[in-house]
Amino acid sequence: MIEIKHLCKTFPTSEGEFHALKDINLTIEDGAVFGIVGMSGAGKSTLVRCLNLLERPTSGQVVVDGKDLCALSQGELIAQRRSISMIFQQFNLLMQRTCLKNVCFPMEIAGVKEAQARARAMELLETVGLPDKAESYPVQLSGGQRQRVAIARSLASNPKILLCDEATSALDPKTTRDILRLIKDINRRLGITVVVITHEMAVVEEICTHVAILDHGVMMETGRVEEVFSNPKTEAGRRLVYPDGVVIDRLSAARVVRIVFNGGSSYEPLIASLAIDCGVKVNILGADTRNIDGQAFGSMLLGLPQDPQEAAKAVGYLKNQPNVTMEEVRDYHG
Amino acid sequence: MDKFLTDLGEVFSNPKYLEEFAAGTWETLYSTVLATVLAYLIGLVLAVLLVAGEEGGVRPLPTVMMKGLNVLINILRSVPFLILMLFVLPLSMLILGTQIGTAASIPPLVVAAAPFVARLLETSLREMDRGVLEAAQSMGCTPFQIVWKVMLPECLPGLASNFTTAFITILGYGAMAGAIGGGGLGRIAMNYGYHRNNLAVCLVATVLIVILVQIAQSAGSYAVARMDRRSRSVPKRRGRKKSA
Repeated sequence: MIEIKHLCKTFPTSEGEFHALKDINLTIEDGAVFGIVGMSGAGKSTLVRCLNLLERPTSGQVVVDGKDLCALSQGELIAQRRSISMIFQQFNLLMQRTCLKNVCFPMEIAGVKEAQARARAMELLETVGLPDKAESYPVQLSGGQRQRVAIARSLASNPKILLCDEATSALDPKTTRDILRLIKDINRRLGITVVVITHEMAVVEEICTHVAILDHGVMMETGRVEEVFSNPKTEAGRRLVYPDGVVIDRLSAARVVRIVFNGGSSYEPLIASLAIDCGVKVNILGADTRNIDGQAFGSMLLGLPQDPQEAAKAVGYLKNQPNVTMEEVRDYHG
Repeated sequence: MDKFLTDLGEVFSNPKYLEEFAAGTWETLYSTVLATVLAYLIGLVLAVLLVAGEEGGVRPLPTVMMKGLNVLINILRSVPFLILMLFVLPLSMLILGTQIGTAASIPPLVVAAAPFVARLLETSLREMDRGVLEAAQSMGCTPFQIVWKVMLPECLPGLASNFTTAFITILGYGAMAGAIGGGGLGRIAMNYGYHRNNLAVCLVATVLIVILVQIAQSAGSYAVARMDRRSRSVPKRRGRKKSA
């Protein structure tokens, strides 16, 4: 379990102190795939670097399995880091070593015998699907393959925690999915706790069980992915979950409402039944809907009819739907 | 012109000259190699200290120490080589018991070249990808492991390429050392060419130095290309096996 308590990080700059992280509190349970999302500059990378003390917090605690990392001696910290692996956006492989030697590296520095390390490295390369690239150099591999080697390397020290710092941001969409699937698989099979830093909500949807939203160094909200995604409570959360806001038709709607699906419901039947049951036709102004673990989440922006009576009927109907929340959008500008 | 041609004929026909040139080439080679290796080792240690010891480096050292090191290197680099050599010659006396000859020129060469080599290698080490260093730290490398197992091997092509540069520079320094009692091709060029106005000998000695430089550069570039794994176009071990 990782507990972050009142974590603050400030950097001195020429214009005074820059507060990168402000009083962050977070608990990450064992076995979770925890996403930390935010726009660039939100402090995500700084936060994840505090989890293995690549960045030393200005104040606060990072407690991993009951041990406060900041209180460890240099030697103890080095030992602790061997159980917290990290993968990076730019892969950060050793370019002068073969893939096999890259995977051997964490074992080499930990003093594992060479023959043993090689055998284990081969196994790991098989795990990530690249046994035939053992003697290749990283430059000969594609981005996705390099990240696979990096993942194999990160597993070499039998870590309990895997930190992913924008691990798929340099990859194309298909490779991204493959890598995410691999990470998810590792999480399930080996029970490794995964912390994913990303600015892409799609990554969170794909693999995370929990999510925290970070904005300008402040943790805005946190919880299970489906909770946060179905109904983001903060402005920062909404910006991230519905980045494009709404895509719009011109229309003459007097009132606009946003309905949010909280899972268990689907979209078309609702709009259809609204028409059938109430005889009210609404205009779909925009929709951003997602499918998470087989359940429907997302939001839809509806333009209600001009007629106040019909509009009221529609509002009443929508309010009574299970798994749907509705709010009036007052500052809507088509 | 007549004198030059006669002298040139003499250079190639008189075995005394051939012997002289052979000995000179050998002296130049061994003093340069020895001085380069020593200056390189000292320079490498200094470069690692400069890069790893700075604020935010792998193993930050006290600021006072880093400032002192920088100032010392800058001072040694700014003193003209010939003057520095004269200052350091007593060191040769101390170590080797003589101030004249090929061996005696080695300590001054090392002292003069080491700070230059340090700056050269410092730039090579600074090319190190910070992300890779971060990855190494995250894996629990000690500062020594980072230097020994990450920085040096990853920067190997740059470091090796700068070995060639150091070698060629020191070869040039060594030729200058010929003016103040050092041995080798530089001395031959000075003694015959300058002091006895024998331009032919001077020319041949110079050509030999040029050839040495060319060989060193080609060999160095070839070796660097062989050890650089960062580019796809380089001949790889597998490629060699296939053709064998």
